[in-house]
Amino acid sequence: MAQVESRMLDPREELPGLVELARQARVDVLKMLNRAGSGHTGGSLSAVDILVALFFGHMRLKADDPCWRMRDRFVLSKGHAAPALYAVLAKLGYLRPDDLMTLRQVNSCLQGHPDAKMCTGVECSTGSLGQGLGMALGLALGMRLDKLSSRVYALLGDGEMQEGMVWEAAMAAAHYRAANLTAICDNNGLQIDGRVAEVMNVEPLGAKWRAFGWNALEVDGHDMEAIVSALQTAAAHEAGPSIIIARTVKGKGVSLFENRASSHGVAPSDHELKVALRELGEVPLG
Amino acid sequence: MANEMATRLAYGEALVELGRRDQRVVVLDADLSGSTKTDLFAREFPQRFFNMGVAEQNMMAVAAGLAHAGKLPFASTFAIFAAGRAWEVVRQSIAYSAANVKIVASHGGVTVGPDGGSHQAIEDLALMRVLPNMVVIVPADGVEMKKVVETVAQVQGPCYVRGGRIKSPVIFEETYQFRIGKGVCLRQGKDVTLAACGLMVHQALAAAEWLAKERISAEVLNLSTIKPLDEDLLCQSAAKTGCVVTCEEHLVNGGLGGACAEALGERLPVPLERIGVRDTFGISGRPDELLEYFGLTPADIAAAAVRVMSRK
Repeated sequence: MAQVESRMLDPREELPGLVELARQARVDVLKMLNRAGSGHTGGSLSAVDILVALFFGHMRLKADDPCWRMRDRFVLSKGHAAPALYAVLAKLGYLRPDDLMTLRQVNSCLQGHPDAKMCTGVECSTGSLGQGLGMALGLALGMRLDKLSSRVYALLGDGEMQEGMVWEAAMAAAHYRAANLTAICDNNGLQIDGRVAEVMNVEPLGAKWRAFGWNALEVDGHDMEAIVSALQTAAAHEAGPSIIIARTVKGKGVSLFENRASSHGVAPSDHELKVALRELGEVPLG
Repeated sequence: MANEMATRLAYGEALVELGRRDQRVVVLDADLSGSTKTDLFAREFPQRFFNMGVAEQNMMAVAAGLAHAGKLPFASTFAIFAAGRAWEVVRQSIAYSAANVKIVASHGGVTVGPDGGSHQAIEDLALMRVLPNMVVIVPADGVEMKKVVETVAQVQGPCYVRGGRIKSPVIFEETYQFRIGKGVCLRQGKDVTLAACGLMVHQALAAAEWLAKERISAEVLNLSTIKPLDEDLLCQSAAKTGCVVTCEEHLVNGGLGGACAEALGERLPVPLERIGVRDTFGISGRPDELLEYFGLTPADIAAAAVRVMSRK
């Protein structure tokens, strides 16, 4: 595992490592969802590359101290992608690999949606869409008052941007010039009931966020180098908050699930898991 | 004439004192700082004051984030917006994660007055009381509000504190010590228990005076903490008097009356009457007119006392 002692990785050096970590995280996501028997496959897979880029290619964290005061903070506003976050937290060493297979079970620290009280590395409890950006802003304002150089990251879904509260938070973050806040939109274009464009169009996202006073960047959300580079660009922007609109594919990495709204809230069956793992190059057990 | 003070003004003053002592204190408001009196804090500590605009939901989420960053946020707006508009955010982002956010709402109850039913929170105590982890307090006067602010700052976890718009008589001495979950017996009696919160404590004391002239001995309890309710004090009193009248500026459902009915039903079933608003919304009018209109006067409490005693 890459050492994650308060430093910024050079993506050119670490790129192959990040890509492999993302592959492994996808395997973990599929296994834990299969074991749980329910959960959100599509939106977890679309977010994996973003999360790996963040946690292993950008954020300041200490592997041996999840509560390090100077750490960067992450809020999973699209809380239903919890399996992807848990997979990354396990790779960081904040969770034990065994924990992953307890997802959604009674007394598991891995609740269906992230619970900060129960799970190391989860900064804020989320699951009800629209609230994570406001919490991230609160964290950012609090750390600015304490003159900490830590940054705050929030991952939102594109369907989530239909929530009015997102725009309350957008307005407030620009008003308070929260330059230590970066939002990332997992722009996979699908939500439970179908295409975002058909259910309730949120585009043009870049223009909307710019109109709200944000620095908006647009990248391919599965291009590890592009994501890490955008995160660095956003961190260097000192005038106010930034958002990275990451164009992604729902269910990315598994053709059974790619670009299907039906993959939103369904866990892979045993057969689907077998097919998916083969596609991800995972050696079958026995 | 007793000394009078609005609980919201007491809150604003207490917040400034707290802010001087405790650097963790930050205050959020949603464009009502002049009414909630957080403007006093804003003037003295502009760096630690965040006006979130007319966006109560986001205010609660930002408050939760500030708490997660180690701050001690007080979030204020009118009770109807704090408890009503932002309820699900309070549930998810504050109560569910036991975030250390203190929600202090002003303008609770019908004595908001002329602004009318849209602005009169008569269901906020019920909404907040059902939330796990949430402490719910309705101070009886300005002195108790100041003590409550000092106390909630020292405990970890979410609290909802309700203040009122109008001036009300000061009941407590400055030496009064408030404790979360502990009620106070303000007047001993043996025939009937009057359990009240907020400005209805004053109304209950006035009712007890009136009843005394009729040779009825009423015990008056200030149950300012609605959750956790001081069930022991309530049941001790009810065991002595044999009947209870609850008095609140709230629907009779879900607030103090509901909490007392639940506790007495489980532990000590005695005849109970609930003074409060009955399944209707508020209307415009002067506060004193509205107290009369909704049956929240000392005369109404006394009449309920006589009724409940006849059911013993």
